[in-house]
Amino acid sequence: MSVFTSPTIPNNVPAERETSRFQRPTRAAGLLILLGVGVVVALLSLRFGSLTISTRDAWNGLFDYNSEVYEQTIVRSLRLPRTLIAVAVGGALAVAGTVMQGVTRNPLAEPSILGVSQGASLAVALSVTYLGMSAPGQYLWMAFLGALGAALLVFAVGSAGKGGASPVKLALAGVVISALLSAWTSTLLLLNEDTLDTVRFWLAGSVAGRDLDILWTVSPFLIGAVLACIFLGHQLNVLSMGEESARSLGMNTTRTRLISLFFVILITGAAVSVAGPIGFVGLATPHIARAIVGADYRWILPYSFAIGAILLTAADLAGRLATRPAELQVGIVTALVGAPFLVYLARTTRVAD
Amino acid sequence: MALESNVYPTPQRPGHRTIRTAGIAVRVNIRALTLAAIAAVIVAALVVWAVTLGSFTIPFRDVILAILGRGTDDTEMVVRSLRLPRILSAVMVGAALAVSGTIFQGIARNPLVSPDIIGINTGATLLAMSAIIFGFGSALVPVAAFVGALVTAVTIYLLSWKNGISTNRLILVGIGVGAVVSAGSTYLTVKFPVEIVRPAVVWSMGSFYATTWSDVVLLAISLAILLPLSILLMESLRTLQFGDIMTRSLGVSLERTRLMLMVVGCALAAISVSLAGPIGFVALIVPHMARMIAGPPTGSVLLFTSLLGSIMLLASDIVAQHMLPVTLPVGVITGAVGAPYFLFLLYRSNQRA
Repeated sequence: MSVFTSPTIPNNVPAERETSRFQRPTRAAGLLILLGVGVVVALLSLRFGSLTISTRDAWNGLFDYNSEVYEQTIVRSLRLPRTLIAVAVGGALAVAGTVMQGVTRNPLAEPSILGVSQGASLAVALSVTYLGMSAPGQYLWMAFLGALGAALLVFAVGSAGKGGASPVKLALAGVVISALLSAWTSTLLLLNEDTLDTVRFWLAGSVAGRDLDILWTVSPFLIGAVLACIFLGHQLNVLSMGEESARSLGMNTTRTRLISLFFVILITGAAVSVAGPIGFVGLATPHIARAIVGADYRWILPYSFAIGAILLTAADLAGRLATRPAELQVGIVTALVGAPFLVYLARTTRVAD
Repeated sequence: MALESNVYPTPQRPGHRTIRTAGIAVRVNIRALTLAAIAAVIVAALVVWAVTLGSFTIPFRDVILAILGRGTDDTEMVVRSLRLPRILSAVMVGAALAVSGTIFQGIARNPLVSPDIIGINTGATLLAMSAIIFGFGSALVPVAAFVGALVTAVTIYLLSWKNGISTNRLILVGIGVGAVVSAGSTYLTVKFPVEIVRPAVVWSMGSFYATTWSDVVLLAISLAILLPLSILLMESLRTLQFGDIMTRSLGVSLERTRLMLMVVGCALAAISVSLAGPIGFVALIVPHMARMIAGPPTGSVLLFTSLLGSIMLLASDIVAQHMLPVTLPVGVITGAVGAPYFLFLLYRSNQRA
């Protein structure tokens, strides 16, 4: 059953048929193919940009670096960081989105619903306005703290009272707190034109102009939480059967949800603080993965990672090529690249029926 | 899907009274109507209070005289041509947004939906921002916003059509198209110099600057048609909650019902956004507040919902305009004003659960 199917609403697609659309070897092969596509896209991302670099220089830039060759320096200091960041952030956001949709059983849930993006944005706007910061490396920790703080607040509010945290209450608390935080951000942007001028680029979401140091700094959170999430597939499968079924199978649904959301927050906080709020990847990639591989979260999660990484890297590459020598922010391009595909899938596959 | 109607404790139809006259029997929800009457009194009080506030305070007695046309020339000019249009617009836009939100959450059977699922705000924002940035003149901005809203809505509807509309396909296509359109707006904000972008950003936060009597008349006519229509359509909205298949087997013409609801919901939201810009929060959160207070949406509850929307938006506009050291767009404030009350309701519903 997909997350679209409420247990009370009869579904005209028999569950077995949907889950067994592909056999296990086919799915594994598909993952390998995606991996291949990812490597190709990453290599293209090293080669193309405002300056086209030969495959040889790209290769040498990675493995046989000679700092006297201009092209190799570009590969090493500019293209490699942004490619790695795009792969990591894209894959991570996609996994976080999948877990989020699985845990809340809502196809519209995305990681930023927990207030994470708005918290990070407010922290960045504050840092720019009052601490005079102006580069992504400087406000990395501020953004991360803002993201975590906002998520904590959402949890505190969503689970206040006797009832505890239910997905709907959490989501609504998240929406409200996000509205509050973005009100503060908007106020700062309106009152201070310099802040608007700096922060608007961060708010558009980008992987350019960041050192690899930024990625290394957050990598313990990012890698740990993504790995943990990829192994949540079985739990998400059980949760997708509905609250009551999951409980009667012996699952402590509240604990599972809390643990999953904790990882989602870590991932999203780290991703946002590196690349700014990039929408769409976390929201749309799970649907794309589900349309390709079926309803089994054990497969959806790795597929999501691969598709998200490819999507963001390809979007970054396309943003560099579309308006050469200027660049489009990757947050803008992801939608342009991914949305037609999502619409196509929504029209052709069973997922949306 | 996560919207279960028992998410919030709902009264077991207390306070319902059946009124029988010759040939017709109408069941009336006395409780919801009482709440609506109380809300109407609060709206009226807020309107009068809002008229007294401004760069110079007009005493309560003079306000009443000016509204009745018996004041001095000065107060009549200020009250009638400056303050009243803005205040009445806020009242009516609040009502329109709240009703529109109720309709779309009902159609999608999803508590996280706002009229934006069919692209109303994103489409309006893209065209209105273009009109502002390319200097088409302020008279054309509302027209551009209205056209943008409708074109996006029709595009999403047509792209979702495949032997009928499936709700989930509509959500997915809405995400895709909405992402592309708002990527366009983000592109505009990073592409142009900050002093050109700033007014467009201010518009995109939603405000009642420069509302005139012609806006008020337009809103009043639209609401006079659309609000009674929405109240009549609430019964079919309740039927839709059983899911597509059950609705069909109950003998309801699914596509026609849903199309009618959507046209009404779109019209309400499109008129609002074209006159006031995209004001968040009201359409998303007020339906939940009304449900927590008065129960699931019916005709009489909808009346209360619309008045609650008016209270929310007018109170926010009072705060945005008069209560802060700087004047802010109302859209920045709605979240801040609505949040505490919403959180209180959420806390109380948790206590009961």
